[in-house]
Amino acid sequence: MADIKLTTALHSSPHIKQPVTVAQIMRNVVYALLPVCAYAVYAFGLSVLLLLITTTVTCMLTESLFCRLARRPSTVDDWSIVITGLLLALTLPPGFPLWMAAVAAFVAVGLGKALFGGLGYNVMNPALVGRAFVQAAFPAAITTWTPPFLPNRFSELIPTTLTTPFMQPPAISEWIASVQIDAFTGATPLALRKFEHISTPLPDLLSGAVAGSAGETSAIIILLGGVYLAVRRMLDWRIPVAVLLGAVIVSLPFWMTGSERYPDPLFVLLSGGLMLGAVFMASDMVASPVTPWGVWIYGLFIGMLTVIIRLFGGLTEGVMYAILLGNALSPLISGVTQTRIFGDKGRT
Amino acid sequence: MNLGALFSAHTFAHGVHPADYKALTCHLPIRRLPFASTLIVPLSQHAGKASIPLVQPGQEVVRGQPIAQADGFMSVPQHAPATGRIKSIELMPSARGPKIPSFILHVYEASTQQELYEYRHDIKTMSGDAIIQAVQDAGMVGLGGAAFPTHVKMKPPAEHHVDVLVANGCECEPYLTCDHRVMLEQPRNLIQGIRLVQRALGVERAIIGIEDNKMDAVHTLQQHLQDAAAISVQAVQTKYPQGAEKMLIKSLLNREVPPGSFPSAVGVSVFNVGTLAQIGELLPHGRGVIERVVTVSGAGVNKPGNYLVPVGTPVEFLLEFAGITDKANEVILGGPMMGMSVSALDVPVTKAMSGMVVLEKPAADTKHAKVLPCIRCGYCINACPMHLNPSMLGMLANSGDYETMQQDYHLNDCFECGSCSYVCPSNIPLVQYFRIAKSINRERAQQGNG
Repeated sequence: MADIKLTTALHSSPHIKQPVTVAQIMRNVVYALLPVCAYAVYAFGLSVLLLLITTTVTCMLTESLFCRLARRPSTVDDWSIVITGLLLALTLPPGFPLWMAAVAAFVAVGLGKALFGGLGYNVMNPALVGRAFVQAAFPAAITTWTPPFLPNRFSELIPTTLTTPFMQPPAISEWIASVQIDAFTGATPLALRKFEHISTPLPDLLSGAVAGSAGETSAIIILLGGVYLAVRRMLDWRIPVAVLLGAVIVSLPFWMTGSERYPDPLFVLLSGGLMLGAVFMASDMVASPVTPWGVWIYGLFIGMLTVIIRLFGGLTEGVMYAILLGNALSPLISGVTQTRIFGDKGRT
Repeated sequence: MNLGALFSAHTFAHGVHPADYKALTCHLPIRRLPFASTLIVPLSQHAGKASIPLVQPGQEVVRGQPIAQADGFMSVPQHAPATGRIKSIELMPSARGPKIPSFILHVYEASTQQELYEYRHDIKTMSGDAIIQAVQDAGMVGLGGAAFPTHVKMKPPAEHHVDVLVANGCECEPYLTCDHRVMLEQPRNLIQGIRLVQRALGVERAIIGIEDNKMDAVHTLQQHLQDAAAISVQAVQTKYPQGAEKMLIKSLLNREVPPGSFPSAVGVSVFNVGTLAQIGELLPHGRGVIERVVTVSGAGVNKPGNYLVPVGTPVEFLLEFAGITDKANEVILGGPMMGMSVSALDVPVTKAMSGMVVLEKPAADTKHAKVLPCIRCGYCINACPMHLNPSMLGMLANSGDYETMQQDYHLNDCFECGSCSYVCPSNIPLVQYFRIAKSINRERAQQGNG
């Protein structure tokens, strides 16, 4: 028996492992986001490309800095921070000043993620925390919209993009008027609908030929990304479905009783950031509930709240606050929707 | 809400689908392993009280001779796996860790090992109680891995009315094919065993449940059962842990065993097919369990196969016979999902050891093993066959809140199948956390009582 020489490894069971890692899941989310980013660049030009780079790089640097400060091993390589960077850029106006975007990215990672303990511990979606911060800090810049498909979008930056740090960005209505033949009201479909009762045609909404945040462009591309992730089981399909369903549940009765005053459910689904929020942000694994029923409650809550804010709030858009609130509630939702364990007839 | 059960009749909800690696050995007939020169026969190879030695050091024993008697009902005897001389009774390492008293049996090399100690039973006229006694006398334990004394399961509590006997031929652990081979090669023994246990339990109906990756076994048994209406064969979905008692009962009969209860609470008794085949083979001759079929497999083994191994054979001997590769790195006793990796190779093969899987060192991938925080992906929740919340349990374990785990999150209903750890993308060793939590809770409870 002397010829058996074996240095045995001791592990606890199970000794085999499904080959899916956190980094793989996160990388696939990035893959699903890339077409959305590409289309945003295509629609709004070089400014959005710079915006995406700025937020992503700032997020990575911030993550690296905080990991070092907290003496944690660096988590920059798990790709989750890239998702935060890309998502943040996609929620900002295309001409958003880059220095403000960097501030948003710093806050997103610093306040939204690192302070809670990093990956897995953030209570809310970090990108939306950053977005909410700049919404409060720079209310004018965050509502300065530019029309898509400007002829000079690949040769010229939107004037606000390169605003000097800590300076107010210039007004751009004259610049838009000078490069575009049609008159541009500077309003998103949601604002047009809310304040002027003008409905944007559906084809424009589907293809993203509307003003809005960089990623509020094509609902179809966003949905395809979602389907890709759901098929790979890297996205809980129930969350986007519940969010969209919740939006329909609230908007449908209003539209049926007053189609003059209230938007139709399809418009609700396709306008603004609802699709991007439902597919890529509400579904953030860390900040959403884990229980089967909790997932539905959470999604419906976000969808319904979004529409309520849009219809009755002072803001034109409600996705961001709805998701942040949903995130805050998700531990509670998980807690009260524990599953019925196998064989237990008494509980549901 | 149980969608899985609605869509497919013969399965349970949740579970995982690991690659099964059964093609390595499932076509290889059972071969007899030679006798090692020294066998180590532990006095306790089962759940329950250790057996009491009947022979003294220095004494000669014949293959099959009882060498230790049961200590009460929750115990089983041991039999000499080979003709030879008892060298001593010593504390020897066991696969589970602690050293336990064991016979050291020096095997006579000159012996042909043909002679076998036995006393014949007339199984045609045996009463149910006599069968149960004979099963205990045979030293029979659950050969699927749990090592629970078989005769105890044949006497369910009086308040439980058992109406179905389930023969568990799922063998859902990857790599293992010993039950598969037994079903193919010993269908008559299996059916004989089922009939005997049916009589002992007073049960009319019996179902053999087999995962649908073993359709050849399903067909073989169906052919042998053409005229036996009371025994049926049912293919169930190939999914881990289909072979867990509670899951198989759900799949076959759509009955759910309540938490903390035995299967008899819903009128079912479950026995592993290997156990039943051994009962069918041994009982007519009044023999004891002295050998068992062990699957030796894994990338680290040169000659994978199904070997008929004398109880007490050192793992080292088995490894030497099968040959290991240069890259062999981890030796697992049992299957890779629930088995135990061993550090010492001088531990013996025991009655409940269904397999030995030798894995090679994975390619240098330290990142793969890095444990990350829980990202609440929910994979574990969709994997847990008991519908627990492993994610929450893991977080509570991290904060040392073992009491909450038990009181509010059903820790004790976890049977450590490993599905949650298997799917966890953060590499969190959830099952290990739960084992630790359970043992700490047990210790605290004992301290509280003492």
